[in-house]
Amino acid sequence: MEFVRKWVQVIIGFLTNSSWAFPFTKTIYQGPLKVICAPGLNCYSCPAATTYCPLGSIQQLLGSLRFALENGQHYFGLSVFGSIGVLGGLFGRLICGWACPFGFIQELLHKIPSRKFGIPRMLSYGKYLFLLFFVVVLPLVLVDEFGTGHPWFCKFVCPAGTLEAGLPMLFLQPNLRNTIGLLFLNKFVILILFLSWAIFSSRPFCRTACPLGAFYALFSKVRLIKLHLDEAKCTNCKACHHVCPMGVKFNESPDDPECITCLACMNKACKFDAISLEIGGLPLAVADRGLTPASKP
Amino acid sequence: MTTMNQTPHHLRNKRPIRKAPFVVIPIFLLLWMIGVAAGEPARVLEQAVQVCLSCIGIG
Repeated sequence: MEFVRKWVQVIIGFLTNSSWAFPFTKTIYQGPLKVICAPGLNCYSCPAATTYCPLGSIQQLLGSLRFALENGQHYFGLSVFGSIGVLGGLFGRLICGWACPFGFIQELLHKIPSRKFGIPRMLSYGKYLFLLFFVVVLPLVLVDEFGTGHPWFCKFVCPAGTLEAGLPMLFLQPNLRNTIGLLFLNKFVILILFLSWAIFSSRPFCRTACPLGAFYALFSKVRLIKLHLDEAKCTNCKACHHVCPMGVKFNESPDDPECITCLACMNKACKFDAISLEIGGLPLAVADRGLTPASKP
Repeated sequence: MTTMNQTPHHLRNKRPIRKAPFVVIPIFLLLWMIGVAAGEPARVLEQAVQVCLSCIGIG
């Protein structure tokens, strides 16, 4: 199943970044597909991006809300919130585990052999602060003399934007290199910090700073597809604790907002079939460890 | 009297269908439709086809 998940990550990463004309056009894709919302964190200024980033769009829409209202345009970001809300209601943070290119990059980096460290649970609340302040409040409230707010998260934090868009655009358009300043340096340092951290800890950006992950985490109890714990079968052996890339103690918190439904606990850890994948309460899949029902313990 | 042991296995493991997703998803679908009706996708597309220099930390 891990093999399938890796392929799904590759395919979705490719589908959301499938415009490969940029070496010739020297700019980003500008076609109509960009009206489609990317499920994961994928900068729309990436030269290959064929979809829009929901976080970037929300910040842009909220930042220009006053200007839009003055012109009789009611652009509150409802279509964007609606898109990621439907995705959240269906999949929740399963999207982080299966469809986010930046999450996939962190997973690959974590495979580099090194000493591994956990991440304190307290840091996981940081992403909710980024969602509330950097994505919603600051773009909406702090406006310039023209009444326009800035995309605070994209501008000052987002390492995915630096990796997928900033660096490639500097390579494609040499004249942009003259405009590099403290802003880019700040973002580049943040990118290096998170990429380095990803070698030693599993998915540090997803767990501590990703506002999109924070939004999808709000659906942890109500999403359609999620993991189910059969308490009657669970022996509290805690095997699920050791395989979770997000530090979830599944037997203690089956609806944990950090769960990205990577299925590691179900397929790699639980020997008692206590964990299953369900859709709206109906069983969708049970553990796939290559065991036949008769050979299971 | 029906005891746990006498209940057929497929009924004993039957879980209730969770209703919450079927409430949440239509609500966000409605929000999406309101946004589309307001013409937001055109504005989103307009933004997405331009290189956002401040977004990527340049300029």
